[in-house]
Amino acid sequence: MTDEHVETYAQDFRSYCIGGLLALVLTGLAFGLVIFEILPHFERLLALAVLAIAQIIVHFRYFLHIGWHSHRDDLQLVLFTSLILFLMVGGTIWILFNLHERMM
Amino acid sequence: MKRQPVLHPGLNLGSADEYSHAQSEPVIFGFWVFLMADLVLFAILFATYASMSVQGQAGGPSPTDVFDLPSAFIETMLLLSSSITFGMASLALKYKADRLHLVFWLVLTFCLGAGFIAMEVRDFWIMTQQGAVPQRSGFLSAFYMLVATHGIHVTAGLCWMIVMLVQLWLLGRTTEVKLRLMRLALFWHMLDIVWVCIFTFVYLFGVAL
Repeated sequence: MTDEHVETYAQDFRSYCIGGLLALVLTGLAFGLVIFEILPHFERLLALAVLAIAQIIVHFRYFLHIGWHSHRDDLQLVLFTSLILFLMVGGTIWILFNLHERMM
Repeated sequence: MKRQPVLHPGLNLGSADEYSHAQSEPVIFGFWVFLMADLVLFAILFATYASMSVQGQAGGPSPTDVFDLPSAFIETMLLLSSSITFGMASLALKYKADRLHLVFWLVLTFCLGAGFIAMEVRDFWIMTQQGAVPQRSGFLSAFYMLVATHGIHVTAGLCWMIVMLVQLWLLGRTTEVKLRLMRLALFWHMLDIVWVCIFTFVYLFGVAL
């Protein structure tokens, strides 16, 4: 760390610009997929989910500056929260849709 | 000058203000823990919505009937650009010695955020005029609950922004004010991340299904 140059305005400015540009492109693609009805049904939903996850990663990386170099365990906290979210959301959806099918 | 270690999420003040940077770690880490807990709250609302939007329509309007995609697109653009302008405010906080740049970007962010809320209230108003009120079906209850919770968060962020503008005016760029603005930046960017999930899994999935 100590041998690196001090961060500059240009570097930090570039981070927000890259992030903003990527987010705009990913948002445009997501809306484009639905408005112009590109791809078959299932593939379209899958592509939307992938675009959303990509955009979330872009926001974390370029706007919140989460990376491997952080001093604290910020990244681990995000990943652990993601695990909890995955279990709770996935579990809820699984159980409720299963129950729904059995009640039909 | 040597590079300061990265202490917390968001833009670090680093060598631009070494004293404030040294003070920043505990308060911002604590706020980060709160944000992670807030994400868990949103996740549960998303899980409820995911099952309700399919199973809970109760013969009422479906997502395709009530969602207005162009309006959702404009809201997305407003919130995304407000995230970028807040980034510019963070840069002004770190690198520009004067208050003018910072206040300009904060006011611009406020206007974009207020525009987002205005569009959202307009959407809700049009939906209720069509009979799509929260008590109509489980889908609509879950929809209003999820999207309005996000909207209330954004409104809280706007109030926070006004408070920070007043503090900037009265106190100037003190360490406390800087650290509060950095926490507001994290809050604002996190709300944009939640909105990415809302426009994808609520609006776009609703119409694509």
